[in-house]
Amino acid sequence: MNPHEAIAVAKTRADVWEAPMVPRPWRVVRVRRETPDTKTLELEPAEPLNFAFRPGQFNMLYVFGVGEVPISISGDPQNPQGLVHTVRAVGAVTRALCSLKRGDVVGVRGPFGSAWPVDEAEGSDVVIVAGGIGLAPLRPALYRVLANRGKYGNVALLYGARTPQDLLYRRELERWRGRFDLQVEVTVDAAGEGWYGHVGVVTKLIPRAEFDPDEAVALVCGPEIMMRFAVKALHERGVSLDNIYISMERNMKCAVGFCGHCQFGPQFICKDGPVFRFREIEGFFRVREI
Amino acid sequence: MTATGANQRSKPLKDLLAEHPFFRDLDEKYLELIAGCGRNVKYNAGEYVFREGDISDTFYLIRHGRVALEVHVPGRGPVVIETLGEGDVLSWSWLVPPYRKQFDARALTLVRALAFDGECILKKCEEDPRLGYELLKRFLRLVGRRLQATRVQILDIYGQGGK
Repeated sequence: MNPHEAIAVAKTRADVWEAPMVPRPWRVVRVRRETPDTKTLELEPAEPLNFAFRPGQFNMLYVFGVGEVPISISGDPQNPQGLVHTVRAVGAVTRALCSLKRGDVVGVRGPFGSAWPVDEAEGSDVVIVAGGIGLAPLRPALYRVLANRGKYGNVALLYGARTPQDLLYRRELERWRGRFDLQVEVTVDAAGEGWYGHVGVVTKLIPRAEFDPDEAVALVCGPEIMMRFAVKALHERGVSLDNIYISMERNMKCAVGFCGHCQFGPQFICKDGPVFRFREIEGFFRVREI
Repeated sequence: MTATGANQRSKPLKDLLAEHPFFRDLDEKYLELIAGCGRNVKYNAGEYVFREGDISDTFYLIRHGRVALEVHVPGRGPVVIETLGEGDVLSWSWLVPPYRKQFDARALTLVRALAFDGECILKKCEEDPRLGYELLKRFLRLVGRRLQATRVQILDIYGQGGK
């Protein structure tokens, strides 16, 4: 992070902590349909505002009269004034978010939570393992790595989705695949005749990805069961559990560690996470219904 | 399918086997025995390596390219359930009754592989049970990994409720 970004992040943090429960109005400037049930919203502040975030953080998005949900930021941290969120319609609030049109206003609180260790990973290989909509919180990390590409070793993006129709950011994936300095492997669980890519679980991509397990940092996000198997495959490949980071999801309400809705063992996902070093939560990760 | 035969420029089969992850650290004498049952083959994109219901008397080590395992679903056409690529083993149904291929295997790209005569290998395994046991362990690991992957795949983890 450069000094200007660091100052912007610090200012944003100060603003957030001054009034963490007050949503600020942001206007929808663009809506992009990613898959049949997932849309990407681009927002701009409806009033002058300091805003900066770190890759992996989330905002609370408030649809007035409907409710509030935590959604990861999926845009470019170098351009925080154009706030981007990718939302999958799974409940009342996310359905309302997915039906927003250009010009509509939403309330935004944030950014909250911990970040992917992209700056700390400088000098290492970086392996990004994403499943389904888990690519959204990882995209800002990839943007940051690619913006500083010379500071990293091999960089691999391994992405799994349900079907070819469920792939997020398809055009961007194709663009990334065209780069000489980035390995992109995409797999789906099932496909018809027109798909020439991999079919199978995302963990199958790990043994063949180009990275040095002794010098790699792995960032993993997706359904919890996928993360479980991804961590196992990464560890089998030789990546230390200290160098594997995962992003957890729980029912976050206040986003600042007051309410306890997102408690995970001794941690609050909203405040101590959502990004954790795997080693730190290893003991709780396999506890059922925690 | 084209049997590429003994190309004067290609490496001896035994050396190719020794480099393949599936046969890593296998005794040289066993590599020699297995190589005696193998040949180089090539499939063009779109060509079928085998079809569901075919007699299963061959297995393949993929050296280059990608193969789709497909099942024909009435009303939906062929559905790809898994793809295999460089370094993967294609087919283990030659080891167990009823010795029939369970899926269609179609080359998605140009595929170069080593094809092994299952009957020839089984005969050598009968003659030398240590080879049989070694091969069985390797195939069992492979089957276990595939089973595990299939279990995760059928969970539909990216469906509603997934993150």
